[in-house]
Amino acid sequence: MTVKEKNMNGTDTRVSGADALLRCLIEEGVDTIFGYPGGTIMPVYDKLLDYSQSLRHILTRHEQGAAHAAQAYAMVTGKPGVCFATSGPGATNLVTGIANAFLDSVPVVFITAQVVSGLIGTDAFQETDILGISMPVTKWNAQVKKAEDIPSAIARAFYIARSGRPGPVLVDIAKDAQVEKLSYSYSKCTYIRSYNPVIPLHMRDVESAAVMINHAEKPLILAGHGVTISGATEELKALAVKGGIPVAVTLLGLPAFPQGHRLYAGLLGMHGNYAPNMLTNSADLIIAVGMRFDDRVTGNIKKYAPDARIIHIEIDKAEINKNVQVDLEINNDAREVLTALLPLVREKSRENWIREFRILDRIEYEKVIRPETEPEEGDIRMGEVVSLVSELTGGNAVVVTDVGQHQMAVARYYRFNEKSTLVTSGGMGTMGFGLPACLGAACGNPGKPVVSFIGDGGFQMTLQELGTLMQYRIPVKILILNNGFLGMVRQWQEMFFNRRYASTEMVNPDFVAIAGAYGIAAQRVSRREELRDAVKKMLEAEGPYILETAISREANILPMVEPGASVSEVTLTY
Amino acid sequence: MIKQEYTISLFTEDHIGILSRITLILTRRQINIESITASESAVSGIQMLTMVVRTTPEMVNKVARQIEKLVDVIKVFVHTSTEIISQEIALYKVSTKGLMSGSMIDNLVRKYHARILEVTPEYIVVEKSGSKNEITDLLAFLEPCGVLQFTRSGRIAVTRQVKELNAYLKEMDEIGRPSHEPSEIYN
Repeated sequence: MTVKEKNMNGTDTRVSGADALLRCLIEEGVDTIFGYPGGTIMPVYDKLLDYSQSLRHILTRHEQGAAHAAQAYAMVTGKPGVCFATSGPGATNLVTGIANAFLDSVPVVFITAQVVSGLIGTDAFQETDILGISMPVTKWNAQVKKAEDIPSAIARAFYIARSGRPGPVLVDIAKDAQVEKLSYSYSKCTYIRSYNPVIPLHMRDVESAAVMINHAEKPLILAGHGVTISGATEELKALAVKGGIPVAVTLLGLPAFPQGHRLYAGLLGMHGNYAPNMLTNSADLIIAVGMRFDDRVTGNIKKYAPDARIIHIEIDKAEINKNVQVDLEINNDAREVLTALLPLVREKSRENWIREFRILDRIEYEKVIRPETEPEEGDIRMGEVVSLVSELTGGNAVVVTDVGQHQMAVARYYRFNEKSTLVTSGGMGTMGFGLPACLGAACGNPGKPVVSFIGDGGFQMTLQELGTLMQYRIPVKILILNNGFLGMVRQWQEMFFNRRYASTEMVNPDFVAIAGAYGIAAQRVSRREELRDAVKKMLEAEGPYILETAISREANILPMVEPGASVSEVTLTY
Repeated sequence: MIKQEYTISLFTEDHIGILSRITLILTRRQINIESITASESAVSGIQMLTMVVRTTPEMVNKVARQIEKLVDVIKVFVHTSTEIISQEIALYKVSTKGLMSGSMIDNLVRKYHARILEVTPEYIVVEKSGSKNEITDLLAFLEPCGVLQFTRSGRIAVTRQVKELNAYLKEMDEIGRPSHEPSEIYN
């Protein structure tokens, strides 16, 4: 030990690797960690007790739950989520959650423990090559075998996770590195030579974009998750208003543009709105902002937007020209580009173009939306439940979904506005995301109610997290939309597999009784007349609350761009 | 679209696992790596990788962008065969008896520009650098003498372009590091 490492009294000022890790997290502004302990991560958990004033640990009931919760926490707070797991099965249980965060560009710092460094590679007890396993689904990962390397690894992890196109990162720390001592000091990472998230803006490209916009007669903006990630919703609105340009949104782009706005064109894609899908193929210019032309958005790529020139504003260069060949690429941050673009765009009203949307909206309303949201008889529809929650919350909520039909119902019928936050699993489509995600969202103290819509199938994939809700009294409102089927798969079986319902019907438990066993208030509704009061009661409840609603068993989500069809061949009725 | 041969040269930080990440990207797109060479570059601490792949022009650009996106990758260059000067090296272990017959040895040196590295009563080791075709031609030539072992390296290549890696590194450093200099020079 050198003189430097001793203080005036000659005592050891060095700290353990575990201690250093927690100090680093505090330096990075972390206040909440989701995780699950185990053998190799015990030194870290032991140290957590000493930092309980500044670091709250939420013990989920499964590592996958911790991963989803950390992602949701990041989505509502805008800060990277943090998730702990032990080596071996703890680490592999994270993989679905890591992949989910990766596909939806959410910054999460995963910390996994590893067996002692001398045993790495020997198939030791609870050893798994999590570095190799997580490689395709992380933005970056690294293994730390020496305590002194912990601070720099954590600094890099946070910098990489939150900069550029955000994403999950993983740091795997050997058990001996958690115990070993180091002289602790921390400095945040601000630069990595081989990684440059700050891209200089080429004004010439922005000028070209303005010329293309000013000359277009039928321009259409496609807004994705990148708009909200870069904080460009105001800039987007200003551009749309000035240029008289309708704005269509992707699933994760739903909160990017207020739905009540006259320029809101609707949701894109497979179960999106009629007008934006139809008119994508009439547009003469597409301005894609912070989105990646996912196949669920484009339908048949060969017949996509044949008359349009395409401007792609996207921070991730690898997304440009990946799925759709574009005419002008602007590889930069959405907010920066839109800010530069706004003064160059001429004021226009484009009333005739906007009217085309309204005409198609009317058709969709009559054929699909009204029967779905205002049915007078028959079983309860998903659309009417979502629509009711939307009305009663006024859009002022963190809306969480699982995956499937109910998710599409939420995307279609919840009226998102500036006050709304959406937490959903987009790219991965991970069933079981909803329950852990809503508890993670609520831990982010969003200052508005957290309402989660979950199907009966997805709910049972992660229902052990009710234990977490119970333990921490997390005040989330959960709507189980129960149709007794894996609804989306059943819909496909009905439409494309001759109604052969292979393994999609579910015999379900008594969800209210399960909630009761966890000490969570719950109610079941099956009649339309009871619905409004039940939803109100749920929203007014203090702690966690579950409202199970019996939904029409074999209802379909429409419209639908069938697989292989062009977006303009969208099916309205089936 | 027609597949053709591309040489992907890339510069990376000398970090563990980077090769795995790169090959994962190619594997996902079912692109076979025909040859690969890794070595330290002219700049210390920076690794250079040269890969030869066969794919479409569209696909090679997509994967190049995905590779360049990796945190530890500094720069990726994609070249067709005409844009680079490339060489491979091969070693041939041939039976001494076979090679000593006729004018084989003479031809080896004069016609094929090969070098002899080691001579023993049992075998002779011959070295040849050149294009893939030249190396294959020599193999065919030596085949009748009895080739005991044959090995060839991956491709190594330098580009015909003028801008060097050092220039890119400097540029990236200047963009990334906080600076008060005006940034017009990059536009």
